[in-house]
Amino acid sequence: MGREQQRELARKLLDSITALAKKAGRPLRFMEVCGTHTVAIFRAGLRQMLPPGLELVSGPGCPVCVTPDSYMDKAIAYAKREDVIITTFGDMLKVPGSRSSLGAARTEGADIRIVYSPLDSLQVARENPDKKVIFLAVGFETTAPTAAATVLAGKQAALGNLYMLSAQKLVPPVMRALISDPEVKVDGFILPGHVAVVTGTEAFRFLETDCHLPGVVTGFEPLQILRSLYRLTAQAAAGEARVENEYGSVVRPEGNPKSRQVTEEVYEAVSVEWRGLGEIPASGLRMRDAYAEFDIERVLPLKAEELPPPKKTACRCGEVLRGVVTPRDCPLFGTACVPTHAVGPCMVSVEGVCAAWHKYGKGTFSYGIK
Amino acid sequence: MALNESEYITLAHGAGGKISRELMDKVILPEFGNPILNELHDGARLELSGRLAFTTDSYTVQPLFFSGGNIGKLAVCGTVNDLAMTGAVPRYLSAGIIIEEGFPIKDLRTIAHTMREMAEAAGVAIVTGDTKVVGRGKADGIFINTAGIGELIEGVSISPKEVRPGMKVLLSGYLGDHAATVLAGRHGLQLPDYIKTDCAPLAQLTQALLKAAPHTAVLRDPTRGGLAAVLNEIAEASGVGVIIEEERLPVRPEVQGVCDILGFDVLELANEGKCVAFVPEEEAPAALKAMQQSPYGKAACIIGETTGQAAGQVALRTAIGGLRVVDMPLGNLVPRIC
Repeated sequence: MGREQQRELARKLLDSITALAKKAGRPLRFMEVCGTHTVAIFRAGLRQMLPPGLELVSGPGCPVCVTPDSYMDKAIAYAKREDVIITTFGDMLKVPGSRSSLGAARTEGADIRIVYSPLDSLQVARENPDKKVIFLAVGFETTAPTAAATVLAGKQAALGNLYMLSAQKLVPPVMRALISDPEVKVDGFILPGHVAVVTGTEAFRFLETDCHLPGVVTGFEPLQILRSLYRLTAQAAAGEARVENEYGSVVRPEGNPKSRQVTEEVYEAVSVEWRGLGEIPASGLRMRDAYAEFDIERVLPLKAEELPPPKKTACRCGEVLRGVVTPRDCPLFGTACVPTHAVGPCMVSVEGVCAAWHKYGKGTFSYGIK
Repeated sequence: MALNESEYITLAHGAGGKISRELMDKVILPEFGNPILNELHDGARLELSGRLAFTTDSYTVQPLFFSGGNIGKLAVCGTVNDLAMTGAVPRYLSAGIIIEEGFPIKDLRTIAHTMREMAEAAGVAIVTGDTKVVGRGKADGIFINTAGIGELIEGVSISPKEVRPGMKVLLSGYLGDHAATVLAGRHGLQLPDYIKTDCAPLAQLTQALLKAAPHTAVLRDPTRGGLAAVLNEIAEASGVGVIIEEERLPVRPEVQGVCDILGFDVLELANEGKCVAFVPEEEAPAALKAMQQSPYGKAACIIGETTGQAAGQVALRTAIGGLRVVDMPLGNLVPRIC
């Protein structure tokens, strides 16, 4: 599609969205629960193009952001042990724990290595037989299959020194928790395209059956996001609640059963803590007993004295992650908490809500010029 | 086992004795040699006139060799371009080379040869230099520092303070080719052969541009931090707003692909052979033509303009018609690509 056509199509979609939002006769709030969507929306400058009365809020869509302090404290404590190598995605380095960060631990001498896939940890483990290699398994349904595949490969190779510190999380359960939270006001969901590739649209069917809320799975191009907003607004205007698929080229109703099978072989769903949201039943993954030998917390539990006492800050990440407040409402945003000196994890990850607001939204340019 | 002194750099090559001299005579001088350097004095004696520009930069790229270039190409072009962006005609360079013990002499020869080619293309002479060798593990193969002196062109005043609202913003070609090439090399991504570093000496391009558009306010090469950093620096220093149009930005699909896969913003990717110019509207057509006539500016285009609104800020009009802030990059994304 040519650039002219793209802009023309965007304009038409916006006109339709505006008309439908008016027809709905009430303010509408749609939530995206994927950090890639959050960033894509900002990068396209989409927010400011929407009609008044139609608001986009960001949910807990960034795995780094929903990881609680307690997890970071454990990761740092393991990193400080002499015989440990931590492997992790780069984003985790700067995430603050209660007292420190992995980045700070690395500066102090901890062996922490950035990997691009969990599978890279296998090589590190092979090359360092006298060390315990711990992968920080953080992510949603999209990364769980590779983490599981790493465990399976580790088992087959009988490495004996490969472990996971698991904080794998699941998206549909946290959405249910948000919907049942009286503080959270949402009229529909832009559903995560990547997660849906794995889970399929069926995993979100509860929206229509249990919650009477519309949801649209979509991709990450501005026009795809606009189309999902069009469909959500149309449903809201008609009083409907269906799960629709705007990303049919890659997302199937049943998702990818094969990759889910790998995940299910290794992991079982358990109640876990989410930053700002507390414990949510069946919202995280823990290694099954048959793979307990890879679970560092079960093999070598930390002693109480290795962990710092919990710390309270004025950071409002929790409310930001639930879409209850925007980053601008946080007293630390843009002052004490900036990307180079983040207080909360939402400011750390490039896909974090606060980081996106800071990078693309802190200026006032948009409001002066049409 | 002792290293073969004819194949690898040893500590003796940096010790200042006979072996150092051999390295000089056999590898460095055959490439860099010119009447001023050949005097082998403690310093170079130069003929210059008028107001001068002076700059220095150190180069530590990894990998040292990449598609379309190597660290030597960067070391010459980077400093030549820094001089060119001040509105100067680059004249002389120095080269300080720090080599790690065990570095292949064949690679040093290749790098020196590239430096010579680039110096010739840029019309500069390497007139003084230094070579040091450090022990294994104390450097990453080779580090190069170059400093450069140029003569400022009469009647030209390049400074952000000269930027006014209503000026056109010109860019000399495709964004991000250099960073994408280096990143792809580092992450094992396959790119087609025609995607390579854009590293090039821009002195002729800027001289032609300044001749066509003598009231050009600012010239900058968007290296580390990319276009986003350069535009923010100019907006901040000049106190005007800058709006660029996403659909006018020249980006190759493959480079966009690398960004999408690795999570980078093409506006923040380093370029090594591109020039951004802020030109008064009436001189913009001539400036654009001058850029496009240069072999390194064929894809030059006008990407945006300055405005009196939103002083000190940079905004991007997106392909679908939205408007968003272009922030100063954090500077922690791509270490050591230049």
